[in-house]
Amino acid sequence: MDFIEIALLIMLVICGISTCVTKNLLVSLIIFMAYSVIMSIIWAMLEAPDLAITEAAVGAGVSSILMFLSLKKIRDLKRKAEKDEETEI
Amino acid sequence: MKRQRFKTWLSQWREDRFDWTSETMGELHPSAPQAQPEDDAWRDRPVRRLYEGELKFFRSTFSYMAAVLAFVMIFFLLRAVVEMPNFGSADSPASTSPVIKRYIEDGLKETGAVNIVAGVILDYRAFDTLGESHVLFTASVAVFILLLQTVPEKEKERERRILQDDLILKKTAQVLIPLLVLFGIYVLLNGHLGPGGGFSGGAIIGSSFILYSLAYGPERLSSLINMKTYRAIVVSALFFYSLSKCYSFFCGANHYETIFGPGTPGAIFSAGLIMPLNVAVGMVVACTMYGFYTVFKQGRL
Amino acid sequence: MFEEFFWNNRIQCVAVVLFAVGFVTLLLHRNLLKKVIGLNIMDTAAYLFLTSLGYISGRTAPIITDGAPAMEKYVNPLPAGLVLTGIVVSVSVTAVMLSLSLRLYRRYHTLNLDDIYQEIHREQEREP
Repeated sequence: MDFIEIALLIMLVICGISTCVTKNLLVSLIIFMAYSVIMSIIWAMLEAPDLAITEAAVGAGVSSILMFLSLKKIRDLKRKAEKDEETEI
Repeated sequence: MKRQRFKTWLSQWREDRFDWTSETMGELHPSAPQAQPEDDAWRDRPVRRLYEGELKFFRSTFSYMAAVLAFVMIFFLLRAVVEMPNFGSADSPASTSPVIKRYIEDGLKETGAVNIVAGVILDYRAFDTLGESHVLFTASVAVFILLLQTVPEKEKERERRILQDDLILKKTAQVLIPLLVLFGIYVLLNGHLGPGGGFSGGAIIGSSFILYSLAYGPERLSSLINMKTYRAIVVSALFFYSLSKCYSFFCGANHYETIFGPGTPGAIFSAGLIMPLNVAVGMVVACTMYGFYTVFKQGRL
Repeated sequence: MFEEFFWNNRIQCVAVVLFAVGFVTLLLHRNLLKKVIGLNIMDTAAYLFLTSLGYISGRTAPIITDGAPAMEKYVNPLPAGLVLTGIVVSVSVTAVMLSLSLRLYRRYHTLNLDDIYQEIHREQEREP
């Protein structure tokens, strides 16, 4: 049990640091999802199953989806602006 | 005169023709900055040369500064951790306080909830959860104000065409969505008997809605959840929550007989008001999650 | 001595490290989406710290199955209740921040905070 816990904690720290260091936004969002899932497993090991379920549904699901959507929206807007500039020229 | 303007504004709002973006932001799509000849000199002039120099210095030393700041902060916080009780020790002050003793030993008798956490957040500390549901509601209102806009028909048509092609997503959704909804309802209704409750169940149901909307397009769901039903569901759920909690605090504080007793522990209709409150919170959370998604995706509900 | 300290307080140490990482990201990164991620990491680190204070080794989750609740058998239920509230609030904060940054992008066509500042300065110089 201790071994799994230590491995999970090390993976948590690695995920947290690499989320902040990665240059590509999409990659860092995916790593953030992994971070949330590992966090929910750790909460299940800390005898807080309510938190584990909520974090898995909310942190890894909904808030990551919102971030993905805003990233997609930003890319769409960028593409639209480029297209507008092309048609103007 | 002013009254007339207010009336037209109100009627626009009622018929959902009101354009939020022009009202809140001034201009709708400032996509390309208008190139005016007299502004060219202004564009080329460097803005605050010193500031740009600082910026360059900052960018070159960014990683070192980040590492140094992180280490300083870790050092000070670890200094604080040294003073705290050991991890997992039974005699830490947080775990020996009489509040916890009361919650664990009398919680089942007083609230009827097998899951003590549900009893704590929905019975002993129910005002906390009420405030939290209102935080969710306020956040959804803020997101709607910021992002609602009218979408042209052409754009909708394009999205629909893209969505109709994806066979893998559709088949996967066909299998997953009933299971997701069922599991969400189970978690929602079993909040007082096991891990789960309003927040997690509502989030699971909301994500199943999101999956449905991803696979089959938002049009089919919009008959189920649109602006009107969203308002009705959320406001009635919050109103029900406030009213029932007022009732339970009134009866409990004055030692009156309540019609929602603790019941037999372990039965599904037990634990007084906890299950209806869980359902109310779950409806708010599910609708809000789906509302966030659609408003982020397409700018309307 | 140090090893013993780190071993005895391993969850707290990890939470502290994550908090510092999230704080640095929030403070020093220039991209608004990265700032949102940093705030989320800070949030979860604080919640991890709170939850670890409620954990007592050898006891189980506070779900009473045998009808005779004794305090020596269950962990502390209070931090779980507090954190459960916090998680949902953090999601709504995330949604509001993301929508604000979308509006900023629509106005200034960038997510970089320095560029946004420069644009704002330009606008102010243009219209005193």
